[in-house]
Amino acid sequence: MKCAEFLQELTNYLDGVLDDKTKVELENHLSWCHNCYVVCDTTKKTIEIYRDSQLYELPEDLRSRLRSAIMTKCQQHKKRGPQSV
Amino acid sequence: MGAIQNKVVGPVSEELTLVQAAKRGDDSAFEELVRRYDRNVFRIAQHITQNREDAEDVVQEAFLKAYGNLAQFQEQSKFYTWLVRIAVNEALMKLRRRKPERTVSLDEDIKTEEDSLPREIADWSPNPEQQYTQSELREILSKTIQGLPPGFRTVFVLRDVEGLSTEETAAALELSVPAVKSRLLRARLQLRDRLGKYFQKSGNGNSKNRDATSGDGNQ
Repeated sequence: MKCAEFLQELTNYLDGVLDDKTKVELENHLSWCHNCYVVCDTTKKTIEIYRDSQLYELPEDLRSRLRSAIMTKCQQHKKRGPQSV
Repeated sequence: MGAIQNKVVGPVSEELTLVQAAKRGDDSAFEELVRRYDRNVFRIAQHITQNREDAEDVVQEAFLKAYGNLAQFQEQSKFYTWLVRIAVNEALMKLRRRKPERTVSLDEDIKTEEDSLPREIADWSPNPEQQYTQSELREILSKTIQGLPPGFRTVFVLRDVEGLSTEETAAALELSVPAVKSRLLRARLQLRDRLGKYFQKSGNGNSKNRDATSGDGNQ
């Protein structure tokens, strides 16, 4: 496997959807190509850091305010009939 | 090195029970659906609009639309995927209103393959996120992802932050599976490239050594 082919398969590899043969070839490539190993490792870290980041969490007070606004509007909609959304 | 693990949003069968009850007019079941997904919708909306007030509006509008159109929901897909599709459309509309000088669509951003080649190969320090305080890290992550075009950003957020499958992401964004995969790869590589500036090993980046004597009161 060449570096360009590794890059093509990187997303499938990280998502765990590669077939066994390609996975072996890719991991073999990673065992000797340091640059691709670093790209793979840091891409995986990128995903994990974003996934665990709690970026844009909804604060509880705002959350309940939004929820009650939504439910009030839903009830108004129910009273007025289906044309009002 | 193995595959990344996805978040699981919640059991699908429970979701379907709630949706069916809500369709019969049980508002408390719908409220439970709001409770279950409001945080996800808010995150997605803020990632797309990059604006908190717009994100709040999107949460309200998306749930209200879902409520008003519940009878049309066919139950062939997950309610959550259907809701995300409504929320993404609402968020893109907000973005278009805010940035009228640019046409905002998920079909833009088609560039040559070259833009996805990694430019920076330097390795990162172990646990790079620990070099920063929580608020600094959030700032870095937020600034970095905001630099991506909306089409890449949205695919990355749905797939990697919210844990939708490739097929669900494609359905929610009305894109083909290969289009989702190609954008996801480019989004991941671009984010990796940009984060390298903060996280790479030696002293080349902007990373700071934080200790109690640094005297940095800027938090």
